[in-house]
Amino acid sequence: MSSGSGFGDEKGGSSSVGEPEYGHDPASGGIFSSDYKRHDDLKEMLDSNKDSLKLEAMKRIVAMIARGKNASDLFPAVVKNVACKNIEVKKLVYVYLVRYAEEQQDLALLSISTFQRGLKDPNQLIRASALRVLSSIRVTIIVPIMMLAIKEAASDMSPYVRKTAAHAIPKLYSLDPEQKDQLIEVIEKLLADKTTLVAGSVVMAFEEVCPERIDLIHKNYRKLCNLLIDVEEWGQVVIINMLTRYARTQFLNPNVNESLLEESGEKAFYGSDDEEGKEEKAEAAALAKRKPYVMDPDHRLLLRNTKPLLQSRNAAVVMAVAQLYFHLAPKAEVGVIAKALVRLMRSHSEVQYVVLQNVATMTIKRRGMFEPYLKSFYIRSTDPTQIKILKLEVLTNLANETNISTILREFQTYIKSMDKDFVAATIQAIGRCATNIGEVRDTCLNGLVQLLSNRDELVVAESVVVIKKLLQMQPEQHSDIIKHMAKLTDNIQVPMARASILWLIGEYCEHVPKIAPDVLRKMAKTFTNEEDIVKLQIINLAAKLYLTNSKQTKLLTQYVLNLAKYDQNYDIRDRARFIRQLIVPTDKSGALSKYAKKLFLALKPAPVLESPFKDRDHFQLGSLSHLLNAKAGGYQELPDWPETAPDPSVRNVEVPEWTKCSSREKRKEKKVEKPFYSDSEEESGPTESADSESDSASGSGSGSESEESGSGSESEESREESESEQEDKEDEEDKRKKKKKTDRGKVKAPAVESPESEESSGAEEKNRAQKVKGRRSGSESESEEEEESESESSRSESESESESESDTDAKKKKKAPVTKPPPKQAKKESKKEKKEMSLLDLDDFEPTPSPQVTPVNNFLSSSLVTDLEGLSLTDTVMAPTTIAPSGSVKTYELLHRITGEGLGVEYCFSRQPFSPDAHMVAVQIMFTNNTNAETKNLHVEDPKLQSGMRIKEFPEIELLPPGEMVTVVMGIDFCDSTQAANFQLCTHIRKFFVSIQPPVGELMMPVFMTENEFKKEQGQLMGMNEISEKLTLGEKCQNEHGIVQRVTSAANVSRVPCGSDKECRFAGKTVSSGILVLVTVATKEERAAQLTVNCEKMVIGTMLVKDILQALTQ
Amino acid sequence: MIHSLFLINSSSDIFLEKHWKSVISRSVCDYFFEVQEKAGEAENVPPVIHAGHHYLINIYREKIFFVSVIQSEVPPLFVIEFLHHVAETFQDYFGECSESAIKDNVVIVYELLEEMLDNGFPLATESNILKELIKPPNILRSVVNSITGSCNVGETLPTGQLSTIPWRRAGVKYTNNEAYFDVVEEIDAILDKTGSVVFAEIQGVIDACVNLTGMPDLTLSFMNPRLLDDVSFHPCVRFKRWESERVLSFIPPDGNFRLLSYHVSAQNLVAIPIYVKQNISFFETGSSGRLDITVGPKQTMGKTVEAVFVTINMPKVVLSANLTATQGNYTYNPVTKTLVWDIGKLSQQKLPNLKGSLTLQCGAPKPEESPSLNIDLKIQQLAISGLKVNRLDMYGEKYKPFKGVKYVSKAGKFQVRT
Repeated sequence: MSSGSGFGDEKGGSSSVGEPEYGHDPASGGIFSSDYKRHDDLKEMLDSNKDSLKLEAMKRIVAMIARGKNASDLFPAVVKNVACKNIEVKKLVYVYLVRYAEEQQDLALLSISTFQRGLKDPNQLIRASALRVLSSIRVTIIVPIMMLAIKEAASDMSPYVRKTAAHAIPKLYSLDPEQKDQLIEVIEKLLADKTTLVAGSVVMAFEEVCPERIDLIHKNYRKLCNLLIDVEEWGQVVIINMLTRYARTQFLNPNVNESLLEESGEKAFYGSDDEEGKEEKAEAAALAKRKPYVMDPDHRLLLRNTKPLLQSRNAAVVMAVAQLYFHLAPKAEVGVIAKALVRLMRSHSEVQYVVLQNVATMTIKRRGMFEPYLKSFYIRSTDPTQIKILKLEVLTNLANETNISTILREFQTYIKSMDKDFVAATIQAIGRCATNIGEVRDTCLNGLVQLLSNRDELVVAESVVVIKKLLQMQPEQHSDIIKHMAKLTDNIQVPMARASILWLIGEYCEHVPKIAPDVLRKMAKTFTNEEDIVKLQIINLAAKLYLTNSKQTKLLTQYVLNLAKYDQNYDIRDRARFIRQLIVPTDKSGALSKYAKKLFLALKPAPVLESPFKDRDHFQLGSLSHLLNAKAGGYQELPDWPETAPDPSVRNVEVPEWTKCSSREKRKEKKVEKPFYSDSEEESGPTESADSESDSASGSGSGSESEESGSGSESEESREESESEQEDKEDEEDKRKKKKKTDRGKVKAPAVESPESEESSGAEEKNRAQKVKGRRSGSESESEEEEESESESSRSESESESESESDTDAKKKKKAPVTKPPPKQAKKESKKEKKEMSLLDLDDFEPTPSPQVTPVNNFLSSSLVTDLEGLSLTDTVMAPTTIAPSGSVKTYELLHRITGEGLGVEYCFSRQPFSPDAHMVAVQIMFTNNTNAETKNLHVEDPKLQSGMRIKEFPEIELLPPGEMVTVVMGIDFCDSTQAANFQLCTHIRKFFVSIQPPVGELMMPVFMTENEFKKEQGQLMGMNEISEKLTLGEKCQNEHGIVQRVTSAANVSRVPCGSDKECRFAGKTVSSGILVLVTVATKEERAAQLTVNCEKMVIGTMLVKDILQALTQ
Repeated sequence: MIHSLFLINSSSDIFLEKHWKSVISRSVCDYFFEVQEKAGEAENVPPVIHAGHHYLINIYREKIFFVSVIQSEVPPLFVIEFLHHVAETFQDYFGECSESAIKDNVVIVYELLEEMLDNGFPLATESNILKELIKPPNILRSVVNSITGSCNVGETLPTGQLSTIPWRRAGVKYTNNEAYFDVVEEIDAILDKTGSVVFAEIQGVIDACVNLTGMPDLTLSFMNPRLLDDVSFHPCVRFKRWESERVLSFIPPDGNFRLLSYHVSAQNLVAIPIYVKQNISFFETGSSGRLDITVGPKQTMGKTVEAVFVTINMPKVVLSANLTATQGNYTYNPVTKTLVWDIGKLSQQKLPNLKGSLTLQCGAPKPEESPSLNIDLKIQQLAISGLKVNRLDMYGEKYKPFKGVKYVSKAGKFQVRT
C-alpha cells in the first residue's frame, strides 16, 4: 500500500491528475488501516483445507494486485498453495508468484520443485504452464534450472510446449544475458521446427536475443516463407519484419536500374505500370542492358508468399506486408499495397493514425502509388484533428499538376472548418502546394491574400506567415500584396504574423518606399507593448530602412534603438547594441559598417517548404522508430542492399527433406478435412437444390430430396440424353423426340415421365430393379478402383442386355467405327446409362451414403459452376482451322448413324491449340453421311452451356454429299470442368441433341518446364493441392516408356526431363484458366508406384488421378 | 514486447494494472496524463507517446484508455491491434467493455490477460481458445461452481491451440443448428454544397453467427463476387479458393465472428439513397441565421429509408434554434452545439423539411465556418452495392442447418458539406 499512496502524493502536483487519486485514497487508506487484519483472514483462508475458501482468498489477492496494491506480505501463505490440486487456485497462485517472486527471492525458491515436477507431467498443458511460470520468476539463482528446462522443452513432443520454450528464451536472456550462446543453440534448434505454432514465437525470440545472427535464418528461410500463411497473426508480423531485414542483406536491390532508367528518360514507361509484376520485371531487366538484374527466386518467393496476407483482418499484418513490399519489391510491384493500406483507414482511429504516418512517408517517395486513392484521403469534419492533419499531409504530398485543382478545391472547403488548428494546417498545405507546383503559385497566393480579410485572426496570421514565404520567391511582382499586408499591422495581433509582415516590409522596403517608414512610425509607437519576436523585427525593419532611406527614418531608428536599449529582454538589448554599432556611423565605427547594407539586405534564399515526413524512410516503415522519427531502443537498422548478392546456395536445404516435412504437416490438415468432404454427399444435394439456380437447367432439381449434387448429375444427364437416343429403336424415334423435348422444357419430371417409361410395361419391373443396381454401380465406380467398377459395370451391362436386344446392338455398333476401342469410354457410357435410370426413380430408392471421394468432385465442381456463372459469353468471329487428327487420338461418338438418320458424327480432342481462342479446347468433329441423300446446312444451334462455358461453332457445312466425310474443328471453353457442352446439331431437316463431355485429361495442354521449375512449382502446390495415390502398375506399363505413353494418352501433358529414372514427371496447364497441373509417377520395387498430382483445382486433380490411375493399372 | 498495461478511466484513475515482465511503477502514466491534458479531447491523444525510457502506446475505447508500456522497438500497429483485441475479448466475455464490468470481473480479466500474453508476446488470442481455457462468467455457472467447487478454468489444452484450425473449439454441440449471416454495408460519402458526390464508397462486412455442431465446412458463394473490390478475411477463409473460384470456403469459428469485410469503391456503383437540400445562412446584422433542410429519398431500389438522423455541429456562436419540422423531432444542445433532427422513415410523398431561424450570440460576428451535416440512415433488406449471397453449402456434417442471410445498409461517414 505504501507505494500506492506514494504515487498519489507524487501526482498531487498536477491538479487534474491528483484529484481523483485523492478521492480514492482516503477510502483505501481506510482499508489500509485494517489491512493487516484483513490479510490475517486471507491467510487463514489460504491455510484452510477447503479449495473454495482458498479460491476466494486468491481471488481477493489477485484483485488487490490488479488494483496495484501491495500484497507481498502474503507471500509465504500463498506460495504454500502452489501445489494445490484445484487448477484455478493454482493458476492464481502462479499469477501471484510471478508478480512477487522478484521481491521475495528466497521464499520463491520453495516453489521451484513443484514446477520441476510439473515439467515432467504427462499433460502438455501442465508442462507448458510449469515452464511458463518457472521462466517468468525473475530469480537469478534458478538460471541453470531454467536453462535446463528450456533445453528439454525445446525437444518436447508437444509443439505447444516447444512454443512455450521459445517464449521462455527471451525471459532467460533478459535475466542473464550471459546465457546468450547457449540460448542461441536452442533458438537454432527451434528455428528448424516445422510447426506453424512454434515459428512465430521462435522468430520473436531470435529478434530479441540474437537479431544479428542472420546466418541462422539461411536454412530456414524457405520454410518460413512457406509456413508464413498458416502462422498465427502475431507471429506473421514478427516473421515478416525479420524477413524484410534478412532480404535486405541477402538479395540485390530490384530497383538498382531505376536511376539509370530515369536518367535515360524512361520514367514515363515506369510511371504507367503500377500493378503488373512479372512481365514488367522482365522488361525492366531487358531495358537495363548495362546491368542485367535477375531477381533471386528466393526473393520472389518471399514477395509471392506474403502477398495474400495483405488480405489479413489484422492491421499489423497488413502493415508488415506493406513495409516489406515497400522496402523489397521492384518499384512496379509496390502498387499492390496501396489498396490494402487505404482499407485500413476505415479501422480504429489509432490504426488510422499509424497507417497515415506511414502512407505520408510512402507518398513522398512513391507518389504514383496512392494517386488513384486520392479521394480516400479527403477529410471529414468528424475526423479527430490529428487524423485531419495527417490526411492533409498526404493530400499535399500527392498534389501534382494534374490533380492540383481538385485538391485546392478541397482545401477551400477545409478552410471553412470550425477546427482552427486544422485550418492553420490547411493554409500551410496550400503554401506547400504553391511552392511545389509553379503553375498554381499565383492562384494560391491570391487565395491566401483573400484569407487575409478573414475574421479569424489565426487564419489571417497563418496566411501571413505562408504568404511571406511565398513572396520571398518572387517579390518584384507582388508589391501590392506587401502594401496590403502593411495595412494589416493595424489589426493583426498574432505576434508571429506581425513579425512576418515587418520582416517582409523591411526586406522589400525598396518596393514599398512610401509605406515602409510609416509602418515603422506606427510600430515605434507600440514598441513597448509588443512581443519579443515582434520587437526584434521592428529593430530589423528600422535598421534596414535606415540603410536605404536614412533621411526619413534616422530619428525613428534612433528612437526605436533607444527603446530597445532599455528593454527587459537581453536579446533585444543585445540586438539593439549590435545594430547601433553597425549602422550608425560614429567616429569609432569599424570596418564592418561599410558592409552593413550587404549584411542586412543580402539576397536571401527562399525557404523550401517540405514535408516533415521527408527522409523518414530510412527507418523501417511500420516501426516505432519511424513513427517517432527517432531511434527507439532495440531498433534494428534496415541494412542497405548489398552490392553483390551473397551466395544464394546457403539457403539450399536438401529439397526432399523439407518438402516431405511441410507436406506432411499439411497432409495432416488434409486428412482432417477429407472426411468433411466425403461425408457430405447426403447433405450437399438438398442444400444445393434448395437455393441454387444453376440446377434448373438439369434434371436433378426435380425433387428436393434429389441425391445428386447439381453438377455431377447434370453432365451425366445430358450425356444420357444423347445416349438414350441411340438405344431407341428407329421406328419409335419420332415420337421419342417430341417426348424428350417436352421433358427438356420442363424441369425434370418424376420417374413416370421419363423416356424409359415408354418401354413395354413388362420390362418395367426389371428395369426398376436394375436402376437400383445401376445407381450403385454408378456411384461406386467413379470413386473406387477401376477394376471393381469394371466388373460392376459389366455386370450391369449384362443385365441391360437382357433388357433389350437393340440396346446392346447399338452399343456394338457404336464401338465398331472406333479404331482403337476405348474401354474407358465404353464403361463410362454404360455407367452413365445406369446412373440416369436411377435418377428417374428417386422415390423408390433410399440412398446409402457411400463413404467415397466422389462427393469431393461433385461439390467442388458444383461450386465451380456457380463461380463460373459470372463469366460472360463472348463472341469472337474467327474461322477455326482444321487440323489433321493425330493417329493415337481417341474418338468418341457424338451422334450414331442410326439415331442420326444416316448422319454419323464422331469427335475427338485433337490436342492442338485452338487458334481463335487460346482458352478453348479444340474438338475435331467428323461428319459422315451414310444416307443416299445430301445433307445440307449442317450447323450448331442453341448451345445449352453451364455458365462461363463458351462455344466457338464451326462454320456451317453447306453440303455433305452421300457417302462423304467432312471434318471440322470447333472450340469449347469448358472452364476447366468436365461438364458437358450440350448443343443441337442441325441439318436442313432435323435437329439432334448432342453433348460433348471432355475427359479431364483433355482440359489441359502441355507446358514445358525444367526439373527445377517443376520442383519449385510443386513446392507451392502442397497440402490440399496435392493428391497422391499408391498403385500397382499394369503389366504393359512397367517400363518408363510404357508409363509415359499411358500418362500422355490419358492427359494432355508433356514430360518434364528428370534426372532420376525412378520418377516420371509431367506438366501441363489447364486450357481455360492456365492453372498448372503437375503429375509425378514414382516407381518403386516390383510394380508398386506412387502417383502424385499437384493442382490448385482439386477437382481437376482428383479426377486426373483417377484417370491416370486407370490408365496405369490396366 | 508489451511490458505492462494500465487501464485508465475518464477521470484519470488507473483502475487496473498488469505487468508481464518486471513491475513498472505507475508513475510512468504521468507522461500520459500530461499529453492527455494538452490534447484536450480524448480522441486527440496521440496513440504513441514517448515517455522517458519507455513508450506508451494507447487506445481509447468505451471511455477507457488502454495504455501499454513498451520498452523497445515494436511495430506500433502490433500493439494497437492487440489492445483492441483485448477490448473486444472483454466485450465478448462480459457483454460490455466498461469500467464497471472490468472491475466486477477483475479475476477473469487477470486470467485472460495472463493467457493472452506471455512475456509480452501474444499467446492465445482466439476467442474460441480462450473460452475453453477460461469460461465466460454466467449466473448458472457461478451458482454451480460455488456448490460443486468446480472452477471455471479449463484443465486441458484446448484442441484448437494445436490444430491447424485454432479458431474453432472441438466438440461443439447444438440442438438447433443455425448459421446466420448479416451483410452490413455502410455508405461513406461526402456530398458537396450542391448535392453532387465528392467521394463515395461502400464498406461492407459479413458478420456471422454460426451455431453448428461438429466440424462443418461451409462454402458461401455470391451472385456477383466481382463486385468486391478489396476484401479482408477471417483467418478461417481459404484464400486460394477465393482467388481461384471467388467462393468463401471455411470452417467457421463457433459463435459470432466477422467473416469478411470488403470495400466497393467504384464510384458509379455506389448509389446514394437520399438527397439533401440545405441552406444555412447567417446574417451580418441582427445576430440571427436561417436554416432550411429538406431530405428526400433517391435510388433506394424500392426499399424504405428508415431511422434517418441529421446531425449538425453548429458554430460556437449559435445560442439556440427555433425551427419547425414537418416530420420527426429536432433537439438543439446549446452546450455541445449540436442540432439533431430525428426524421424516422422517409416517404416518397411528403418530403420532410426543417426550417426556421437560429439565434446567435449578441454582438458576435457572423461565423465564417460552415457546419456540415452528418446523415445517419438505415435501409433494411438491401445491400446497397447489390451484393447478394448466392448459396451456402455445408459439408462435413450430416444434419441440415438452418440458414439465413440478412441485408442491411446504413450510412457510415456520410457527410453533406455546406
